[in-house]
Amino acid sequence: MAVVKIKRPDLRTGEKLYLGALFKGFLVTLKHAIDSLRGKTRGAKAMGSSGLGATMQFPEQRWDDSMPDYYRGAPALVTDEQDRERCVSCQLCEFICPPKAIRIVPGEIPSDDPWAKVEKRPKEFEIDMIRCIYCGMCEEVCPEQAIYLRKDYLISGSSREEMVHDKKKLYEIGGKRVGLVNKWNELK
Amino acid sequence: MELLIDLAIILAKVIGLTFMVVLPLVPLSVYFERRFSAIIQDRVGPNRVGIPLTLFGAKKDFHLFGLVQPMADGLKLFLKEDFTPNYVRKSFYWLAPALTVIPALVTVCVVPFGSPITVNGEEIKLVIADLDVGPLFVFAVSSLTVYGITLAGWASNSKYPFIGGVRSTAQMISYEIALGLSIIPLLLYYGELNLSKIVQFQADHGWLLLPLWGHAEGPPLAEKLLFLVPALIAFVIFTTSIFAETNRMPFDLPECETELVGGYHTEYSSMKFAMFFMGEYAAMVIGSALVVTLFLGGWSLGFGLDDSISALPFGGLIHMGVFMAKLIAFILFFILVRWTVPRFRYDQLMRLGWVIFFEAALINVFLAAFVIAAPDLGWISTIVGLVLLGIVTGGLIWVLKTSEPESSPNSGLLGQS
Repeated sequence: MAVVKIKRPDLRTGEKLYLGALFKGFLVTLKHAIDSLRGKTRGAKAMGSSGLGATMQFPEQRWDDSMPDYYRGAPALVTDEQDRERCVSCQLCEFICPPKAIRIVPGEIPSDDPWAKVEKRPKEFEIDMIRCIYCGMCEEVCPEQAIYLRKDYLISGSSREEMVHDKKKLYEIGGKRVGLVNKWNELK
Repeated sequence: MELLIDLAIILAKVIGLTFMVVLPLVPLSVYFERRFSAIIQDRVGPNRVGIPLTLFGAKKDFHLFGLVQPMADGLKLFLKEDFTPNYVRKSFYWLAPALTVIPALVTVCVVPFGSPITVNGEEIKLVIADLDVGPLFVFAVSSLTVYGITLAGWASNSKYPFIGGVRSTAQMISYEIALGLSIIPLLLYYGELNLSKIVQFQADHGWLLLPLWGHAEGPPLAEKLLFLVPALIAFVIFTTSIFAETNRMPFDLPECETELVGGYHTEYSSMKFAMFFMGEYAAMVIGSALVVTLFLGGWSLGFGLDDSISALPFGGLIHMGVFMAKLIAFILFFILVRWTVPRFRYDQLMRLGWVIFFEAALINVFLAAFVIAAPDLGWISTIVGLVLLGIVTGGLIWVLKTSEPESSPNSGLLGQS
């Protein structure tokens, strides 16, 4: 497209004086101030405001209810309906993880185990939550649908060690997930 | 003995008014700044800091609406590492923060905080130094603040602070003129340079911008109402210049974050930064105190009530409360302006100062003189004078218009083809 030349508007003398616009600006800011003091800010109700402005005050008020389905929170491992670890330690997530937050030590399932046919399960599975960028690639790449991004967003710790989620913690967050692929069990 | 008592009174005034009235106003205005700007922007602002009762097993914290927040900020700055970069000019680098705070606090001494109170049959004025050159003293001392800023910029030995310092100097010089010229009409009207007497005059004859009472003696109502015209012009020029002098928002070019990182205090940290911060807010407090004193009646409550309040045993303290209320209201206005008016470009700032305010203040001086002198001059001279003034004003506007560079409808990249 060709360059479109736009002429600046010619201002009238009143507009050039600047004082009128200044006064209008004061009215706008004052209106916002008064509205937010009265709890009548636009959108205050929809945002679940605490009564001052449109802000939700965090620890007391949470936005969990209005969280979208596609929200990507902490990654976690899940078990299937028979409490079997879904993860077969194929290490694809470890490979794809952009910030290299995942570390897996694969282990074999002993032959006397009822799930011996699955052959492998992780011995250790650690996600470093300081490194994790919540991109969701691990979830996308997992062939067993064993790793999911849950809606947990309050991940905190007072040391680096605390911020590394080990296998136990990951299953605790993930819990059980039913009704997905039933590749290994008899339900088919 | 007499001398000792006098000294004790002066010391009490200095400690009481500077350290117990003005200095607490600095954190208070920081708090208002944060809270009020939050309210303007539909936010909440700092409302948590208070007494952490939950630490001692109570159910709820006592949050005091976050009033303790500035103290927490101060504590944080106090405990931070005081880092001195090793390429700075050390002595000036250390001197600069003090040079911004001290002038701002020194100017407090001429501000009248209330009407005189009587203790033990002795009248004590609520002014530290009842100087007969009040506004001149304030201008002289408060313009020293710029030394601190310029020194900070230069001593930091780094680009952006240096630009900030230079800008600050230029800005100060440009607006000092408009500032000084704009109050000449008031001085003509009051016939007085002593701030206490100026306030007393306003208490007796009505505030400068609200002359609605006390018409029995002194200038007649018609003259006061007529004087409102030059007074309003002076008010606009003076207030705007105060904004420029205190480096507040529409004119905060010395420290604008978007252009100069942090301006003159980029290289400062910890308590030295806090002192710049304090100096800035103290200047804001003093600036609004000056506007309130000169234009809005100082400690006067108005409506002819002031004499009866002064007659009360501690009426002076009530007047002090009135003054504080006005002061805080004006500080809130400062903040409102900050979130309303976007920052000026540097050349616009200079143009406003030199081309518009300087001339307007100068014309305003003559206008005020005509208004005051009209009863003595008689009709013919006044009209001739006003016509002459009108011609001069028109000529100035014409010069202003013709000297404007011819701007093409599209300047910049698009206008070149």
